[in-house]
Amino acid sequence: MPIVSDISLDLTTIWAFIIAFAVLVYVVLDGFDLGIGILFAAEREKEDRDVMMNSVAPVWDGNETWLVMGGGGLFAAFPLAYSIALPALYAPLIAMLLALVFRGVAFEFRWKAKTGRWIWDYAFIAGSTLAAFAQGVALGALLQGVEVNEAQRAYAGGWWDWLTPFSIFVGIAVVVGYMLLGATWLVMKTSGPLQERMRTRAWPLGIATVIFIGSVSIWSPMLQDGYFARWFEGWHVLWAVAVAALVLGLAWFMFRALHVHRHDHWPFLSALGLFIVSFIGLGLTMYPYIIPTEVTIYEAAAPRASQIFMLVGAGVLIPIILAYTAYAYYVFRGKIDVDTGYH
Amino acid sequence: MLGSFDAVLLARIQFAFTVSFHFLFPAFTIGLASFLAVVNALWLYTKKQKYLDLFRYWVKIFALAFAMGVVSGIVMSYQFGTNWSVFSDKAGPVIGAPMAYEVLSAFFLEAGFLGIMLFGRERVGPGLHMSATAMVAFGTFLSAFWILSVNSWMHTPAGFSIDPDTQQFVPEDFWQIIFNPSFPYRLAHTVTAAYLTTAFIVGGVGAWHLLRRRRRGEKSSAATKQMFSMAMWMAAIVAPIQIFLGDMHGLNTLEHQPAKVMAMEGHYESHPDGAPLYLFGIPNDKEQRLDYAIGIPKLSSLILKHDLNAPLAGLDTIPDDEQPPVGIVFWAFRIMVALGFAMLGIGLWSLWARWKGRLFTTPWLHRAAVLMAPSGLIAVLAGWITTEVGRQPYTVYGLLRTYDSAAPLDAAAVGASLVAFIVVYFAVFGAGTFYILRLMSRPPADHEPSYKETVEGPTRTAGITPGPEDPKAGK
Repeated sequence: MPIVSDISLDLTTIWAFIIAFAVLVYVVLDGFDLGIGILFAAEREKEDRDVMMNSVAPVWDGNETWLVMGGGGLFAAFPLAYSIALPALYAPLIAMLLALVFRGVAFEFRWKAKTGRWIWDYAFIAGSTLAAFAQGVALGALLQGVEVNEAQRAYAGGWWDWLTPFSIFVGIAVVVGYMLLGATWLVMKTSGPLQERMRTRAWPLGIATVIFIGSVSIWSPMLQDGYFARWFEGWHVLWAVAVAALVLGLAWFMFRALHVHRHDHWPFLSALGLFIVSFIGLGLTMYPYIIPTEVTIYEAAAPRASQIFMLVGAGVLIPIILAYTAYAYYVFRGKIDVDTGYH
Repeated sequence: MLGSFDAVLLARIQFAFTVSFHFLFPAFTIGLASFLAVVNALWLYTKKQKYLDLFRYWVKIFALAFAMGVVSGIVMSYQFGTNWSVFSDKAGPVIGAPMAYEVLSAFFLEAGFLGIMLFGRERVGPGLHMSATAMVAFGTFLSAFWILSVNSWMHTPAGFSIDPDTQQFVPEDFWQIIFNPSFPYRLAHTVTAAYLTTAFIVGGVGAWHLLRRRRRGEKSSAATKQMFSMAMWMAAIVAPIQIFLGDMHGLNTLEHQPAKVMAMEGHYESHPDGAPLYLFGIPNDKEQRLDYAIGIPKLSSLILKHDLNAPLAGLDTIPDDEQPPVGIVFWAFRIMVALGFAMLGIGLWSLWARWKGRLFTTPWLHRAAVLMAPSGLIAVLAGWITTEVGRQPYTVYGLLRTYDSAAPLDAAAVGASLVAFIVVYFAVFGAGTFYILRLMSRPPADHEPSYKETVEGPTRTAGITPGPEDPKAGK
């Protein structure tokens, strides 16, 4: 028996990593293409908007597939967490889904519309902004804790529990963070005046993102004693210092890449770095809970047979997916310009 | 308890609405992806311009339909949890795995190669572009494979045990779970339905342009004739196969879900010596009888048991609280079957016209084909309604009731989200359908512009710089 439980413990941790990885990939990939949708609001010229949209048109669909992977993977590997989190986050998730409908179809409809293009421009802006905001709200609502009836294995809170100043704050933080990703992506993918404007915008967005990261990091330990203990009690405070130093270091690096060395790629990569560090921080905050602070990954895990069966597929397919996704990005590498799109 | 019942009903309406809307797109794109792969291969092989024109014409429609399928599909992956959380918790360990395989093996494949299929011909060259197109088509099939396996497991659960503590379904044998008893039949029937759906849409569009050109006294383009001809071949060959597959699927259903077949047939009463095939009737669940029934004696026994006098049990053998609602199932089934035979009729008619050398000069055939263009979509929905309503009152057949599957829902929350879904779907997918119809209303041009040129074209026509005209793919 001890051996069996050791194996299942390992599988559960592995699956937690796989789901977390899928969510992280989703956040950074759809993050920049949602960010571009938000930044659409600031770019009025049709040619600039065409370029912005073309810079993600071949890949947005793959980016959103990671969201399905996150949701589907949670369902498969942690069915209890899926069945508690989704009712708990009902309103923000439905809002996110409907927003994604609008911004997703805008990619296609925008070219087909004759007089109604403005409708789909607005749909793209509003859908992207609302989706980003709703994702942040959902994250905040999860982080602040969810009420669970353990006997009934179900969500026990109300329909408005998600709505707090904290969740709204995290919602705004995610919007700003995605704008940073979008702006730095466009610095990488465009040239000329559009690139220059994005370069100018990226830095204030970077500062705002760092401030939001700091505020959420200070606010969330006040919500749950466990979070506080993890980050600030005893020697744990060293972790907090290390993460803070890493965030500030990346911000400094981004500033130099943007305005001193005028790099095209490094601003985006350092923005990615900020997201990855924040995401790891979130993981450390929540672990081992998948529904803070009620259900651990072990309590929510699917039976071992399911974990093993899926791990075979995931082990073979995820590397292949990463390979052809990288290939697709490679095919559409380089700058876009107004005249020719991708050539 | 009334409040909670209302919430479950609203949740059911919401699921039925979102999944029906969603399935219209894959029902069309599964077949269209294969059609595109075939015409692209024909283009590479024969170098006849009409095939490239067809690819370019239909790929624009594909891109629109596919995008709508993607966004409405993302919604589905969250519907299980938001409204059916008890079902998700219990069935997740079993059906979560094949769904995860669907995401990993199908969705990523489709999404990963779609960009190259749409934008990449010049970037990667014809060979890799062909592979990307084939990958997208293969992905749509894999997606159907996995999700139909999941759906079939809910109809004919196998290969599991039930955990006494958590009440979860626990997988014992994934081979049995995936290849559960109804899966091969449902897969064959549904994928064939998708091919027929596409064939009739493509054929309808072809016929429309044949008619219009004829009225104006112009000659139709080679691409228009080609798409009509290919679609009619599909109708003639695949419609009879589909009727045969449907019959097999029905026999399988009789074996595993007899109550569903009783509802499809309108058999409230048992027939100890040969059951009639009712062509018409008004199902009356309250009185448990079929009013105004018109039937052919003993034919149902002949179809289902291959014996005129075989006894067939009726719904009188099923407890009231385990019966599906008969009216919906009875009528949805008849709509599907009638459309199936109408498709067969078009297929045979086209064979006759083709044999006489009048395939492109028989306006009444073309008019009928235009009328039948949406028949596949309607038949697919009717078929799904038959099978899904027919398995009520269960989500996992015989084991987990629909009523017990729902989340701890609040009627106001479900009602509000339902209204939001209805408004958004009709607005967005209404607009999308309008754009698709507008693309279809224009015939494929000789030297049809590529998708990429249409998307990036407006900047060129604005007069900035003319782009190079397909250096590799053109000749």
